[in-house]
Amino acid sequence: MEKQIQVSSKGLTLDTNRRNFLKLGGVGLALAGLTLAGCRDDNYQYMGPEDPVFDLGKGDVGILNYAYALEQLEADFYTKVVNSFYTGISAEEKQVFTDIYNHEVIHRDFFKAAITAAGATPTPKLEFKYDGIDFKSRASILATAKALEDTGVAAYNGAGKFIKNLDYLVIAGKIVSVEARHASAIRDIINPGSGDFSGDDVIGANGLDVAKDPKDIVAAAGAFFKTPFTWKEQGIG
Amino acid sequence: MNLLNILDKLSDDKFFSTETSRLGSLKSFSEFGKKAAIAAVPLGLGSMMATSAKAETTSSSAIAPATALTDALQLALTLEYLEDEYYATGIAKAGLIPNADRVVFQQISKHEAAHVVFLKAALTSLGVTPGAKPNFDFTAGGNFQPFTDYQQFMILAQAFEDTGVRAYKGQAGNVASNPGVLQAALQIHSVEARHASQVRRMRANKGWIELKNGGNMPAATDAVYAGEENVTQAGYNTSTLFGAAAGSASFDETITGAQAVAIASLFIA
Repeated sequence: MEKQIQVSSKGLTLDTNRRNFLKLGGVGLALAGLTLAGCRDDNYQYMGPEDPVFDLGKGDVGILNYAYALEQLEADFYTKVVNSFYTGISAEEKQVFTDIYNHEVIHRDFFKAAITAAGATPTPKLEFKYDGIDFKSRASILATAKALEDTGVAAYNGAGKFIKNLDYLVIAGKIVSVEARHASAIRDIINPGSGDFSGDDVIGANGLDVAKDPKDIVAAAGAFFKTPFTWKEQGIG
Repeated sequence: MNLLNILDKLSDDKFFSTETSRLGSLKSFSEFGKKAAIAAVPLGLGSMMATSAKAETTSSSAIAPATALTDALQLALTLEYLEDEYYATGIAKAGLIPNADRVVFQQISKHEAAHVVFLKAALTSLGVTPGAKPNFDFTAGGNFQPFTDYQQFMILAQAFEDTGVRAYKGQAGNVASNPGVLQAALQIHSVEARHASQVRRMRANKGWIELKNGGNMPAATDAVYAGEENVTQAGYNTSTLFGAAAGSASFDETITGAQAVAIASLFIA
């Protein structure tokens, strides 16, 4: 008999009380295990909705999937960079890009694990496009890295207020400062010894960095995403 | 300039409840020339944002001091006072900072001064008197000579920035009740991280912290880096893919308010 597993594309709508979310995630995981245990063999298939566009989900699951999508983008970009460094790259730049690649891949895999641990469905593996970016060009790669890191900082800074579970909020804080360290390094490589590491283009007169809401981030980074997704809760898609 | 005008304008905005007018007392923000800066105004108003993500706090007592929230801001203010005075003093000291590095420290100094102004205004807007600036002793009782020895100036700059990053992160839970304050704290936090990365790199370190190695730092700063070697994040082992150095560096760690105070206290006379 063919078992059908209905995979929700809506994410969880469990009680998102800060304190209970992780525990509830555990419950969700256990339930998923029971459902799978009901399958007699591997003769099952995923049944998505007619339209396969993935929705990032609701509540903290949506935020985690949002972060996961952005980290997938960064990891994908730096994978390409380190697999074929641009012409004339210095040893220091190689080290910086290799480290950043490592960090972003770790972030990506962390979010996949965290979403799964919460009993939710991670965003599928996304595909990306890099129109107009020349991976052989130092200037092009540094400019893209700068844009991605600054975007990452603005995205986490803007998403914090939507996070309900304090544990996830702290995790986001642990990651965003690393993104900011990256942004600073890339900016200083582009314009060494200047004030650009925390330039007036990103730090306002009040000393605050950029924060952007998800819909603005997705609009800004949308050109990179080949795989479409929606995030209805945030008015995206 | 004209914060009051801006507030006046914002008070007509549908995002704010009628109680916004209470915030007319918010006077001391220095500049709000850009739209991005205006976005920071909800600091202190956040709990009254009718359509905010955490709009549950809509009672008329929204302006009542929440101790955890304002304590966190007072701690942040202390750290910003420290950084602000440190850089201002260093920049004013003839011959200390080489010309090639002055632009960097002027940029950092500018931000720390702005953070002091911002946090004082935030506290005031929340109905709390900002703490007074402590008297600092940047020699830490004669152990450092940052204003006569540039290498020591850089060492302490790195320590202060890396401490700031950890301290803000550690207060996330205490400011989360107010979305406006939370976002502003995050926006300051990432600036500190940009600073930290830059100072670290000027000292021939990586911009990020691997394990608990500050990077050519004296043992006196060990407390700043203790715990940064953590490779377990919500049950996920970050060392699996590329080892513990990369894993630990990919996530910065928090320090508690007490830990931050202990570090700052070394420099308070």
